[in-house]
Amino acid sequence: MNGILAKKLGMTQVFTEQGESVPVTVLEAGPCVVVSHKTIDKEGYKAVQVGFGLKKESRSNKAEMGHFNKAGVSPREHLAEFDVVDLDAWPVGKEFGAADFADVKQVNVSGISKGRGFAGTIKRHNFHSGPRSHGTHNMREPGSISANSYPGRVFPGKKMAGQYGNKKVTVKHLQVIKVDGEKNLIFVRGAVPGPKNGVIVVRKD
Amino acid sequence: MSINIESIHQENIKTDLPDFRAGDSVTVNVKVVEGSKERIQPFKGVVIQKKNTGISTTLTVRKISGGVSVERIFPLHSPNIESIEVDRPGKVRQARIYYMRELRGKAARIKERKV
Repeated sequence: MNGILAKKLGMTQVFTEQGESVPVTVLEAGPCVVVSHKTIDKEGYKAVQVGFGLKKESRSNKAEMGHFNKAGVSPREHLAEFDVVDLDAWPVGKEFGAADFADVKQVNVSGISKGRGFAGTIKRHNFHSGPRSHGTHNMREPGSISANSYPGRVFPGKKMAGQYGNKKVTVKHLQVIKVDGEKNLIFVRGAVPGPKNGVIVVRKD
Repeated sequence: MSINIESIHQENIKTDLPDFRAGDSVTVNVKVVEGSKERIQPFKGVVIQKKNTGISTTLTVRKISGGVSVERIFPLHSPNIESIEVDRPGKVRQARIYYMRELRGKAARIKERKV
């Protein structure tokens, strides 16, 4: 399996043996359970569907209950698919956790970033702000967006104000500092997208 | 699903540290690696601030060394801090005694605190 689902617990710092402090994000990865298989015969590709986070039966609808009952597992909050080499090694109902990542050096993580709503260019694209005093009125304005007669239009993709955040963001090549297989914790160097308690997809790099 | 970030902080926090505050004279024993040898280097001075932020708690120690004032910031829970000893508890009114930087000689004395 090339990945796992996790919950972002928050950030802290750990010390290396040399006494250097390392900023880390703690991810609670697992326990996850294999819910179903995607096969080349039926779906045209090979993958396993993985569930994470327990859910009350009363919160699940009939369609969901049918899906989980078929696999013989209790309902889960989140589902995701991961590529596998050999489907037989990951039978339906198999539980796994962070221990799978014990010898992994680097990971890619994806999550839904914190939503900032309709944000201006300064927050969204790191534009510079104008002077705040001396009679100016362009404090947080974007400035000129194009020239007049040539090209006479605004280029597609021009950086402007708009919705910022609440979007899937992937951060690549994050260093794995520590893995706690018993408690299902993965310590990743640096920041990870999304709020605390947000769901994160961790993939081996 | 009941692990929270606070319990992870607690695992890495030292519990054998003495109680000290700004104004106290302390000795911080720092591990120093020289080549392949490791030795303990004491740093004696007055605590001018202690920033309580859980695992990232730091303390700033100030001393006058050869007429030059030296300040060092130590991460309290770092493995490089071997130990901290309180030599003389001091009585000050502020939690951050940055005014010590402006004082010299007799003015820079601190009254002893009764413990």
